[in-house]
This record gives sequence, structure tokens and C-alpha cells, in this order.
Amino acid sequence: MAPLLEISDLRTEIRLREGVVHAVDGVSFSVEPGETLGIVGESGCGKTMTALTIMNLLPTGGHIAGGSIKLDGQEIQNLSEDKMRSIRGNDIGMIFQDPLTSLNPTMTIGKQIAEAVSLHREVSKDQAMDRAAEVLDLVGIPRVRERIKDYPHQFSGGMRQRVMIAMALACEPKLLIADEPTTALDVTIQKQILELIDDLRLRLGMSVILVTHDLGVIAGRADRVAVMYAGKIAEITDTETLFARPRHPYTEALFQALPDKAADAGERLYSIPGLPPDLVNPPKGCRFAARCRYVTDRCRDEEPALAGEVAGHEFRCFYPVGPSERAQTSRLTQYSQSTPEPELAGPRIGEELLRVDNLVKNFPVTKGAVLQRRVGWLSAVADVSFSIAKGETFGLVGESGCGKTTIGRLVVGLETVTSGTISFDGKDLAKSSARQYRKERRNIQLMFQDSYASLDPRMRAGTLLREPLVIQHIGSRREQTQQVAEMLDKVGLPRSAAERYPHEFSGGQRQRLGFARALMLSPQLIVADEPVSALDVSIQAQVLNMMKDLQHDLGLTYMFISHDLGVVRYLSDRIGVMYLGKLIEVGPAEEVYLRPAHPYTKGLLDSAPLADPEVEKAKVTEGVTGELPSAIHPPSGCRFRTRCPRAQEICVSVEPPMLPFAGEGHMAACHFPLESPIGSAIPSATQAGTPY
Amino acid sequence: MAMVPHLDPGGMLIAEAPPESPAGGQIQAKPRSLLRRGWEVFAENKLALVGLGFIIFILLFSFVGPLIYKTQQVSVTTSNAYCTPSGQHLLGCDELGYDIVGRLMVGGQSSLEVGLAAAFVSCLFGSIYGAASGFAGGIVDSILMRIVDAMLSIPFIFLLIILAVLIHPSPLTLIGFIAITYWPGPARLVRGETLSLRTREYVQAVKVAGGRGSRAILRHVMPNAIGVIIVQATFAVADSILILSGLGFLGFGIPLPSTDWGSMLSNGLNYMEDGYWWLIYPAGIMIILTVVAFNFVGDALRDAFETRLQRR
Repeated sequence: MAPLLEISDLRTEIRLREGVVHAVDGVSFSVEPGETLGIVGESGCGKTMTALTIMNLLPTGGHIAGGSIKLDGQEIQNLSEDKMRSIRGNDIGMIFQDPLTSLNPTMTIGKQIAEAVSLHREVSKDQAMDRAAEVLDLVGIPRVRERIKDYPHQFSGGMRQRVMIAMALACEPKLLIADEPTTALDVTIQKQILELIDDLRLRLGMSVILVTHDLGVIAGRADRVAVMYAGKIAEITDTETLFARPRHPYTEALFQALPDKAADAGERLYSIPGLPPDLVNPPKGCRFAARCRYVTDRCRDEEPALAGEVAGHEFRCFYPVGPSERAQTSRLTQYSQSTPEPELAGPRIGEELLRVDNLVKNFPVTKGAVLQRRVGWLSAVADVSFSIAKGETFGLVGESGCGKTTIGRLVVGLETVTSGTISFDGKDLAKSSARQYRKERRNIQLMFQDSYASLDPRMRAGTLLREPLVIQHIGSRREQTQQVAEMLDKVGLPRSAAERYPHEFSGGQRQRLGFARALMLSPQLIVADEPVSALDVSIQAQVLNMMKDLQHDLGLTYMFISHDLGVVRYLSDRIGVMYLGKLIEVGPAEEVYLRPAHPYTKGLLDSAPLADPEVEKAKVTEGVTGELPSAIHPPSGCRFRTRCPRAQEICVSVEPPMLPFAGEGHMAACHFPLESPIGSAIPSATQAGTPY
Repeated sequence: MAMVPHLDPGGMLIAEAPPESPAGGQIQAKPRSLLRRGWEVFAENKLALVGLGFIIFILLFSFVGPLIYKTQQVSVTTSNAYCTPSGQHLLGCDELGYDIVGRLMVGGQSSLEVGLAAAFVSCLFGSIYGAASGFAGGIVDSILMRIVDAMLSIPFIFLLIILAVLIHPSPLTLIGFIAITYWPGPARLVRGETLSLRTREYVQAVKVAGGRGSRAILRHVMPNAIGVIIVQATFAVADSILILSGLGFLGFGIPLPSTDWGSMLSNGLNYMEDGYWWLIYPAGIMIILTVVAFNFVGDALRDAFETRLQRR
């Protein structure tokens, strides 16, 4: 069968002030009818540009410099804007990352979809509206006839993405391009959306190009995968082969940088050193040469071609890793044997450092601009208790809006508690005087999520790092400068960094700087709020390794807040799972991951995509259905009951207490847990025979 | 430290690798001061450079010009009344025999003086007022902002005319009038900026380190708001010159023997039907060019203070 889409030697250039960016540089691939092709890579590698080039939706200054795009045998790269318009939306549909900005807020969703239909089809208004209702029903919007008259803001993020998909599908395109369709969504919603795309692909017989940075998403959904690096395809093959036998060192390094895999083996993450090359002046030889551990002089001078040993597996490398598909020696194993990563000593867990008891935080919900009437309370944190021991890492996971960030802010004192106590080293923080409190602050420091927003753009890095010392009156000016220099060494930045402004650093370097600032006061506890969620996998690995090393060297205690289960598992000794302001399960990391007791924890774990096609494709569980209820009117009894497959009447009326489970300190709050609790008559899942 | 290539992460990305390469990699951007970067962004806007050039020209023209191009601008010379442009009087004379070029210089002096001073006073007061309102928040903020709302609800030209009728106009009183009517604008703007800066993470970071609010305001909020204030001040100069011209046009400008461009324009309009074009166009063109020049510079300054643009 002829491929639906055939791209050969595609080159896209973008003219910028400082020169021409070769965003897509000789990319060739094809998409068969009914197939899902995944395009993965880190940010700036040209994957989105490839998608936009196919649609001919390049930003200003962008143009196709060469190559061809054939859709159904017809070349489309030189079509006039008029003709291209009839292809866009009609033959090729596209879903963007952010469903909120892609929808017009002043039009009802029904009208927006109907508009897309009437652009390409000769239909009456009513027919177009009927079609809109039909596709909305197809993507699983409940009560379509009522909701078709709603505006985008009346939908949740996940629902909006469904609307976007409906719009892309309205004209039954042959090809759907999904550009990071789930990056802005929570894992449970991500699973729902990915399943929807998969299901629609089968039912409508279309092809899908799935562009993402997430190897886990690719593993479960794509038939074939193209790994992109610096505007070129580094490796392309079917999903199983790529994950089982990657040949390009970049692909291999990406896998080794993933925290999910390292957590199993308890080993250190492999971090790709350095940064991707500048695409204005790309390096002469292999683009990956500067960061490759197997690099030779040949790689720097000569560019390897995209070729393979067997059909269907091509890569761009002179010295491919892994066993040759013609059966040769394995260099990968040799490498890992010759340089074993240093074994990290286990955490020296000591006495209790932080204790949180019955913590409650409500935010008032107000109405009116002048006279702010309080119309209700938003229950952000509801009766949460846990403790963190010295030297351990406590991971706090949950979807957005579950209250994990609020807990972090309460602990560092950026918010005041509504009720409950936070005691640090045995002392109740709320009871100390204002002056004393400011002094005690130094023991608990916060590492912000967005390092760009948390570093004053008008201050040099040196001044920024010195500021905490100045505030706490520690040392003379010279001592402070000396301390800054030492801290820069510790976090792996050059000392000259002190003279630079925040915007001159790369994302990973800024995160190191943010961490350095948190460390300046030699705190005992660091609250890290999503410190790596904005970083690429390879940079994320660098930062995580640094955090682990410094924890070991300085005896730090971490409270690590993240939505990424893989990252939390890699770093944490103990984990707390939150849902809608409640801590629903807490326990040792391995215990919680392997034997979750709460149905939500299980659902969350099932939803998180793993970079393993076999595991991912074998998953049959539903994850978590539905969406997060409002925290202004939280459900009575168990807050999870509205989405829980095991909910019964008792869950509506009685709030489940924390019950102990096997494994030290493993507790969960559920009436019908998946494991049997210790010393309790409550039947476990297997005993009750409830299918889950 | 030995330079072993494959142990040198990140350092290989730049041509000359320094002796030690930290794990975080080198910083690729060239070190440049913020001012330098700001100037680079500013200089990219060619219109702004033209505007800046024109402002410098107009300043020299008004204040240095009279030393070179000497004219009689104090007493009336009736014999020269309405003389046409010639070698002696480049742009002719007005009805009182004042040389128009010299008149433009005198008018420029007062227009610029009043414009700059009024902009300075109104922006200074407005910024402090707005910043205080934004920091204080709550009830104080509400009260202060309602006062601003009340000020803004008075039609300003109307107010100015009443004030100008009640008090004899002089450069000083005009500066006062314009500043009084203009300050609510900057006040609102700075308050908005303060409100948004107050919640920035880097201001919170001061709190986490145990710092006081005053430190956050002085070290972080103010330096970041200064850009907005300077840009606003630039526009305020243009607006003040325009307001002064408006007042002059309505007959409430700087009194004789001094003048301002607005008064010149108003005066010239009496002779619109008589073909004395040199009484109308020069003053009008001066007003337009100066206001446009300040607006161009203001636009470019706004870009220059935007650090996100400097990053590229």
C-alpha cells in the first residue's frame, strides 16, 4: 500500500535576527494509512517544526527550504495558501498543546466546530451543527445537546482537549497531527485522552503523527517512532525495536536518563552532558558528537548518514550501540562494565525533623471588586498529618489542584495555616515570635518550580546568591562572596557565573542556581516544588543527580513535590499521595509503588505512561475515570468516591480513617483497600472478590 | 585539571574550553551589562533612533540656537510685521515683527521646560502614590484608587481652563496644572505593576530567606518597576507638550513676550485666510514632530526594558 504521507529530505529554515535557524534539516519519513508515528525529542530539536511544516503553518520568517511533502501521492509543499487551506482541517487535522488558547473564548464550542465543517463542506447551518454534535459525542463529551451551547471556559482542561480533537476530526481527516496533546494535562486525564485518540484512529481508520517529549506516551501509542535530535532524525524504527534495541547513542542515553528505570535498579541516572547544539551554526560532523560518550574524531568531521543494517531500522551513527542486528559484539555492556557508576550510600535516616499534624488550609472564595464578600471556602489542604525524618526524601505526589504545593508553601511559611501545627525539630513554628521565626526560616528553604520567575531578572547571580546571607546578617562581604563561589562549585556552575544575569543561563543551569540559593543558608530541610518538571529528560537527569549528590554530601532532608511519579520514585524514600486536599496514602516508596492500598494510588500508577512498550500495551486497567471535583464543594465522606470504582454507600457518609498496612509506616485511608490492612476485619480486594 | 576531551562535558560546545568545566556546563551567552543589552534592543528600532536624534536636535535648537541665530524676541518691531521668509528672516515674521525661527526657539524652550517638568512631577508623584497603594493593598489601596478614579472622572481640559482663568498662567503654574491633571495615569499604571511584582516568585524568595517586606520592595519591586516608570515618563513628556499646546491654542498659554508652540499656532490661525503660511505650519509641525519623537523613543524604551527581548 502506498504511504499516506511521504516526506523526503525536508528542510525548514527560520530567519531570525542573529541568522538562519535550520529548524528541520533533511528529515525523511513516511506514514502508512492507519498507522501512528511517534516523533520524540527534547525541546528545540525540531519536532514541532516538522509538524508545522507539514501543515504549512510556519511562524513568521519560516519557510520550506527544500525537500518534498507528499500527501496521497500529491506534493503539497508548494501549494498556494488557498489550496493549502482546503487540505488543512480537511485532509490533515491538528491538535495543539494548549487547548485553552486554541479555542476562541467568545464562541460556543458548537459554533466553532460547525464553522470548521462549513469551511470544507457545502452544508447548511443546521447540518453543520448536527455534525458538530456528532463529533462531540464521538469524543465522549457527556450531554452533547446541552453542552454544545457552552463556551470554552465552561469546560475543564481535559474536556477542552476533547473539544479540540472533535474539531480536528469534524471533516474526517486522513491524518491527525497531535502536537504534545497531553503535556498540559494530568496523568489520569492524559491516559483518557490518549486512549480516545487511539480508539478514534481505529474507528475512523486515520493515521496519527504523535509529537511528544514523553517516551512513556510514545511507548504505548506509537507503531513506529522517529527520534529527533537537532533538526535531524537520529533513529527511526518500530516501537518495540527502538525500546528493546536502540542503536543511536542519543536514544540509548535518553532511556538511561529516565528515572522510572533507574528507580527499579536503584542506580544513578545517566545524564547527557552539555546542551543541544545551536541550530544557527550547527556543528560540522555528527550533531550529537559534543555530548556523545562514544565520540571519535571521525564523528566530529564527518556526518553519518541515516542508514541501517536491516530494513525498517535506520539510525545516524558510525558506531551504533547495542548488539548489531547482524549479531556482533556489544559495546554497551562493555562500557557499563568498564566504568561502574559509584554506588550511592543509603540515606542515613535519623530522628524526626518535620512533623505536620492535622494541617488544614482554607482559602476564602470572594466575589465583588470593592466589597469583597466571602461566598465560600476552598479546601486546599484538609486534615493532613505526616512526618519527615532527618536525611530522608519525602515525596508528595498528586494531580494538579490536590494541595501538594499549598503544603509546601505552608511548611516554608509563605502561607499561614488555618488550623493544625507544623513543628520543626520539635518546635512549633507558629509559636515562635516574628523575630525568632525569621531566624528559623533559614532551616527550611524552598526550591521553586520556575527558576526563571524566581530569580530577579535585574540581579546578577552573585548578588542573588548573596542575598539570603545579607538578610540573615551572616559573615562579612568578603566571606559572603567566598561562600557564593564555593556554592557555585558545589552545584556545578563556573565561578564566573556570579557575574551573569539569570537570563544568560540555560534552563538547567538556572535550576542549579535556584538550588544554590536555597542552599546558601545551609538549611536542614529543602522543600522542592516541581524542581524538574520544566526541564528536558537529559537536563532533568543532571539536576536530579546533583540533588542526590548534595543530599548525600550535606546531609539534607528533602520534601519533594511533583506530579511525575517516575521522578518521585527515583528520589524518594517515602511517598505521600494526595487527592483533593487529603493525604490518602503514605508509606515507603517501594511499598506504595508495588503494593498500593488506595484505589487512587493504583489508578495514578496505572495512568502514568512507562517507557516500555510491552508493559504499556499490556495495560488493560482504566486508570482513573472522570475529573477532579471542585475543592469548594468537596464530596462528602471519602473525597475520591466520585471517581472510585469500588465506592459504596459507606464512602458517601463516613470519611475513611488512616489504616496501617504491611510495610513500615504504610498507611492508607480507604474503606475498601486493595491490600488487607493489619489488625483489621475489613476485607481486602481479593477477599471481597471485587474485580478491579 | 587535565584536559581529557571525553571528561569535559559541556565545555566542548564552545570553541576555547576553559581549564575547568563544571557539571552544569559553561554559560554560552557573552557577558554584557543590562544597560548594554537594553541599548542593543533600543538601537534596533530605527524610528526610535530617529526620534532620539530629533529630540536632541530640538533641545539644541531651542536652547543653543538663540546663541547662534540671534533675533529680537523681547520688544516688538512693527516694521518687520508679516515680513515674508527671506535671507534675513528664514521663516518670516509674525504680526508683531518677531522672527519666526527665533520665536520657535523661545516657544520650544517653554514647551520643553513645561513638558519635561510636568512629566517629571506627575510621574514622580504618581509613581510613589501608585506604589504605596499597591504595596499597602486592602482598604488603603481601595481608598487611594477611588481618589484616582474621582480625579480621572473630571474632564481635564475643562479643569485646566477653569484653573487657567482663575490663576494667571506662567510656566510654573502651567507645570502645576498639567501635573495635577496628569498624575492619576502613572499612579494607576505603577500600582498595577506593583501588584503583579509583589506576587512574583523572586519577591517570595526574599520572604523564604527571612527578609522583610521593605527589602523586597526596595531591592526587587522598585528596580523592576523602574522600566515602566521611565517609559511612562517619556510618554508623559509628549502628552504634557500636547496639553500645553492645547492650552496655548485656547489662549491660556505662556504670556508675552515669551510664548509656546500652541500659542504660536493659535495666533497664526487668525491669518489663515491671508496666506501667511509661515505663521501656522512651522509651529504645528514642531508640535507634531516633537510629540511623535517622544512616542517613538517611549515605544523603544518599553522594548529595551523587557528583559525577555534582551535574552535573544
